[in-house]
Amino acid sequence: MAEAPPYPLNIGPIHPALKEPTQFKFVIDGEHIRETDFQPGFNHRGVEYLGMKRNPLQVLHLAERVCGICSAAHQYVFCRAVEHAADIVPTERGDYLRAIVAELERIHSHLLWAGVAGHELGFDSILHYTWKVREDVQDILEILCGNRVNYAYYIFGGVRRDISKEDIAKCRKILSNYRKIEDTVLSIFFSDPTIIHRTKDVGVLTHENAVKLCACGPLTRGAGVKKDIRFDWPHGAYGDMMDDFKVVTPETMGYHATGDVFSQIVVRIGELFESVRMTEWLLDNMPSGPITSEPNLSALLMAKLRMAEGEGVARVEAPRGEDIHYVRLKKNKMEIDSWKIRVPTYGNIMSWLTMFKDQQIADIPIIIASIDPCIGCMDRVTLVRDGSQAEVDWKVLHDMSIEKSRRLMR
Amino acid sequence: MNEALEAVIRLGIGAGVIMIALWLSLVLKGFDRKFAAWLQARYGPPLRQPFWDVFKLFQKENVVPERAVSWAFNGAPLMALVGSLVLVMFIPLGPVGGVVAGWMPVLEGYGDLILVVYLLAIPGLMMAIGGFASGSPLATVGAQREMVMMMSYEFPLAIVVLALAWRITNLSRGLESFSLKAIVENPLWGEVGILGIVGLALLFGVFFLIIPSELSKIPFDAPEAETEIGGGIIAEYSGTNLGLFYIADAVKTLAFLSLAVALFVPYNISPLLNVGGIGAYVLDLLFWLFKVEVLYFLAVTVIRVGAARLKIDKLSWLYLVPLSALAVVGSLLLYLDTL
Repeated sequence: MAEAPPYPLNIGPIHPALKEPTQFKFVIDGEHIRETDFQPGFNHRGVEYLGMKRNPLQVLHLAERVCGICSAAHQYVFCRAVEHAADIVPTERGDYLRAIVAELERIHSHLLWAGVAGHELGFDSILHYTWKVREDVQDILEILCGNRVNYAYYIFGGVRRDISKEDIAKCRKILSNYRKIEDTVLSIFFSDPTIIHRTKDVGVLTHENAVKLCACGPLTRGAGVKKDIRFDWPHGAYGDMMDDFKVVTPETMGYHATGDVFSQIVVRIGELFESVRMTEWLLDNMPSGPITSEPNLSALLMAKLRMAEGEGVARVEAPRGEDIHYVRLKKNKMEIDSWKIRVPTYGNIMSWLTMFKDQQIADIPIIIASIDPCIGCMDRVTLVRDGSQAEVDWKVLHDMSIEKSRRLMR
Repeated sequence: MNEALEAVIRLGIGAGVIMIALWLSLVLKGFDRKFAAWLQARYGPPLRQPFWDVFKLFQKENVVPERAVSWAFNGAPLMALVGSLVLVMFIPLGPVGGVVAGWMPVLEGYGDLILVVYLLAIPGLMMAIGGFASGSPLATVGAQREMVMMMSYEFPLAIVVLALAWRITNLSRGLESFSLKAIVENPLWGEVGILGIVGLALLFGVFFLIIPSELSKIPFDAPEAETEIGGGIIAEYSGTNLGLFYIADAVKTLAFLSLAVALFVPYNISPLLNVGGIGAYVLDLLFWLFKVEVLYFLAVTVIRVGAARLKIDKLSWLYLVPLSALAVVGSLLLYLDTL
């Protein structure tokens, strides 16, 4: 036996409940969690640094590799940030196609999350079911972009590929399949007694904490905070659909926004089918015209991006929450001068510590999964001293951050 | 001299039964995985996958953690398998009656239902000991859960067994109360009135729900809980030791399902079809296999693909309160029936 209780229990860096390496350090008393600590830094890839050695067209492909699941969101927001800095205006049809791919990505990401959540609860049938229906949306993405992941669809000023009439018909057919299975999926997640037992009153993020900790995405909406960049900061095609769609919160689905894991399931499943309807709306109302404002890539690079001078910030609602990119371009410099990514998971990790309060060991996997973490996107720093991972307190880290920001602002 | 001869014969048959039980339990595991895959709209592994798993595990390195108590860590899987195999000796593996009437089960007459209930606890107990001996916090949590779970389901199980044993004595035919043979040869369904039938159905229902937890299958697999504690009890096990646990689990599954069949549905099909001789025995054997597989499918496969894992507190409550209460009600009905 280990020491007398309370004793430490480390989850990670490698553990079946974690899809990516990160570490949780719990202090356990029997089945109950007494203390929680979180240590990231196992998956730092230095994407921003790589980006600052490349020109914007090259970084476009690096940006979508920040995350494997919400790759379109990162490309979308990077495009918008560079457009902001270089004063490029996307075409109207381009905006609609961008929104379509972003919504399709939300469908596939939420279905993937639902499967992972089912697996964490030991309900593997849900995993197999949701990942099977997820294949359909991957097919649409393949029709639209030619790829199932890492779509390479967005470009400064619009998108790379147009959609034909036949492809629109194919997409509509597949989307109608989702309308058909809506009731089945809702009944699986909202009325299965074992799922309710495992998720109700588990991992509660209160409204107050959600606001205080600046959480974002479905996590906050589950706590009843109406926070969605698509509606709070309408951009592109989203501005046109404000009248027809509303932010999905548990209240709009007919449940109380308690902030527990169940509310997050409600929000994500609700959003999934809302995104199906949004995609159909976008297909219905898509204007004609050119798909990009600057089809000639070398002209775009040499005349516009190289000559641009300025800063750009953009925000997009990725499937996991608010995604922010900051870009600075310098005149006559091919490379991006500065690039800063703030991924949704980064805004959500602090919520974990409050969500783990007074929970059981059995709740650990679903609470970890409930914020839909993307550790690969989130890891921004790894401190190494003498060949092994080091820890610093927040004051030192704060000073180091200021120093780094100054260096970047040169 | 006769006793020695009998011992030799029983040893020989016992060795045969062990081989059959090992083979049959792995085949049934293969069916379980295939049916579960079909229920989840997958293809699933081939039927012989459990055999490949075992062969592979036996070739793998057997890692003993630095902090483990190695004699307990290595001994537990072996004892779990021995416990399961001894269990098989006391439970009829096949139809009772016909050609092998006097020899089914192998150790008939050397132990009764009380011994069987004790032996049922051995594989679980050994897994808990192995978990505690692993020296890993995850395995410790798993072993604690296993202990809690055993204490929870043993209670309704004991009530069910006691009720059946009492009712057998009450038939006043001079039958031994806890003899499995007596229960199998005198199916209670035909002996009791309408109240008794309801009571027996309740007891069967309780026993049915004990099956998945006795076998640590989802939703009652809290001690192993792969996504929570990374396999729990078996988190530190590998190679031969893990293979032994794998076989022990398979054999225990076969034994427990055979026990359920023997206690509640010990009927043969040959009298119904008017077949005699060796043909009757083959038919009954197939019918017995069918009963075991149906019970396996309903009590293990269907339940495990159709539910999420329960938390240990809820799980313990489920067995200690509602199911124990149901078992008591069932026993009371059996008693009222005799008045």
